[in-house]
Amino acid sequence: MSSVTKLETGIAGVDLITHGGLPLGRTTLVAGTAGSAKTVFATQFLAGGTRQTPPEPGVFVTFEERPEDLRLHAQSIGVDVHALEAQGLWAFVDASPEFEAETVVVGPYDLTALLARVRHAVERIGARRVAIDAIGALFAQLPDATIVRRELLRVAAALKAMGVTAVITSEKTGEYDDIGRYGVEDFVADNVIVLRNVLDAGQRRRTIEVLKLRGASHQRGEYPFSIVSGDGIVVLPLTSMRLQARSTDERVSTGVAELDRMTDGGYFRASVVMVSGATGAGKTLTGTHFVNAGLEAGERVLFFAFEESREQVLRNARNWGMDFAAHEEADRLRIQAVFPEAAGLEDHLIQIRGAIDSFRPQRVVVDSLTALERNATTKSYREFVIGLTAFCKAEGVSALYTATTDDLLGGASITDAHISTITDSVILLRYVETASTILRALAVLKMRGSAHEKGIRHFEIDHAGLHIGEPVRATTSRGFLA
Amino acid sequence: MAKVSLRLFVSGRSAKPREVVAEVQRMLDARLSEPTDIEIVDVLERPDIAERDRILATPTLLRFSPPPPRRVIGDLGDAEELLAYLLPSDESEESEESLAV
Repeated sequence: MSSVTKLETGIAGVDLITHGGLPLGRTTLVAGTAGSAKTVFATQFLAGGTRQTPPEPGVFVTFEERPEDLRLHAQSIGVDVHALEAQGLWAFVDASPEFEAETVVVGPYDLTALLARVRHAVERIGARRVAIDAIGALFAQLPDATIVRRELLRVAAALKAMGVTAVITSEKTGEYDDIGRYGVEDFVADNVIVLRNVLDAGQRRRTIEVLKLRGASHQRGEYPFSIVSGDGIVVLPLTSMRLQARSTDERVSTGVAELDRMTDGGYFRASVVMVSGATGAGKTLTGTHFVNAGLEAGERVLFFAFEESREQVLRNARNWGMDFAAHEEADRLRIQAVFPEAAGLEDHLIQIRGAIDSFRPQRVVVDSLTALERNATTKSYREFVIGLTAFCKAEGVSALYTATTDDLLGGASITDAHISTITDSVILLRYVETASTILRALAVLKMRGSAHEKGIRHFEIDHAGLHIGEPVRATTSRGFLA
Repeated sequence: MAKVSLRLFVSGRSAKPREVVAEVQRMLDARLSEPTDIEIVDVLERPDIAERDRILATPTLLRFSPPPPRRVIGDLGDAEELLAYLLPSDESEESEESLAV
C-alpha cells in the first residue's frame, strides 16, 4: 500500500489526531447532529487553506445557510471571509433554499447546474479545497431523494476528478447513530470524522472522533474540543501531546529546604507534582513555597486559584512572610482566580493553556484540581488532567497541583487514584493520630526516577511557613495511608 | 397585460426542454399582444448566469415577469401543462371560471 498524502487542515489539534490532516485530493465526510459544529469545521478547513504558503483557495458550497450569515459566523471565529473573497481566496456557491421565488417541481431533473457552478467557482479562483455544507439541507430542498442521491454522487465524483480536497458535512439524528442517513455517505465513507455534542453531568461536552482515513493512520477514540471565540474549533489531543513531553534531570527548588533534601535536590524541571491532603493540611502553603522559590530564582510564575480570590492568595503569602504583590507588580507573577463552575473543563483547559501561552511562566500552580472535579465526570476530569499535564510538559513548565482528600486521616482519594499515574511526583500531607495528639505529617509518596526519601516526616506550620521535622515513628502513628 | 419574460436553463444540447419552451412561446405569442421573451442558457457554457440566478437543477424555467417570480424545475412535460404554471391568464382564467361557476 502506498502511503496516503495528507493535507493540513489548519484546525488546531485536528492535524494531530489525523496524523497530518485529511487525505489529499479526497473527500472526507464530517458527520454530526445539529449544533455539533459541522459548519465551523467546514469554515475552518477552508480558512486553514488560505493560510498555507502558497495559499490554497477554497470554495464553500452552502445548501443551508445564506453566505451573508456564514460570513458573520466566520467573523466570530476570526475568519474574515469578505477579505478572502476580495483576494480571490474564497468563493461561495450559494445553493441555500430559495424563498424569493415560488418553486414547483414538475418532473425529473438533474443537478448539472449545481455541478457546473461548483466547477466554475473552483476554476475561477483555482481552488484546492471545497467544503459542502450540509447535504441534508439539499434533500430538504428538493423532492425525490433518489435523484438527489444520484446527483450528489456525481458531485463527489467530479470533486475527485478536479483533484480538490473536500469536506462534505452530513447530519446525524443521534450522537451514536450510523453515519449513513442519506445513502450518500457510503461514497465518501473512506474518510469519516464524527463531531458530537453531548450532555455530560450537566455540561455540554463536544468531542471529535476520526472514524477512518482511507487506510492511513490516525488517533483513535473521542477527543474533547471547544469552540473558542476568535479561534473556532480547538481540539485537545491528549495522546499526541503526551508524546511531545520532554524529560529533564534538572531540578527546581520546592521552596522548603528540607523538602529539597527529601526529594534529593528538588522537583524535576518540567515535571508535574501533585500535593494531596485534607482541608487545612498545608497544600496551598506547599504551593506558595513553590511559587516563592521560583520567584527567588528569577522565574516567571502563574498561579491558578480555583478556591480563593487573588486577594486571599496574596494575603496568605504575606502572612507567611512572602511578598507576592511586588512580584505581581513587576509582572513576574500572575495570580488568576477563576470560579470553577464558570466553565466546562475543556474551556478551563483552553483558558489555562492560553494564559500559559501568553505569560510564558517557568512554574505553574493549580490550587486546587479538586475544585474542578466537583462538576465533572470522571472521564472528562481525567482528560483534563492529562491534557493540562501534557501541555505543561510540552511547554517545559514545572507544575504543582493541589488535590483535596476527603479523609482527614489519610486515605487515597479518587483524585489520587486518577492522577497519581499521570503526575511525576506525589507529596502527601496528612494528619496522623498519636496516642494523645493529632500531628501533621508529610511524605514523598512517589517521585519518578529519583532516590527520594521514603519516610514519613512530621511538619509544622508557623508564620514563616512550613517546617519539616523528625520522622514519624510507626509505633506512634496510625492513619497515614489508611 | 405585462410582457412575459422567461429564462430557461438547460445542460448541453438537451433537445426536449428547448422544444417544449418553443411550443410554449408559440402558444403565448398567439394569445398575447406582446411577444414573449425567452432566453435559453446552457449552464455548461454560462455557469456564471446559473450562479447569479442560483440555479441548482436542469432543466429550470424562471419566470421574471409578470411577478411574482416563479421557478419550474424538472422535465417540462407538455406545453399545455407548462403554460398553466406560467401564464398570467392562468389567474384571469381562474377568475373567469370561478365567475362562471
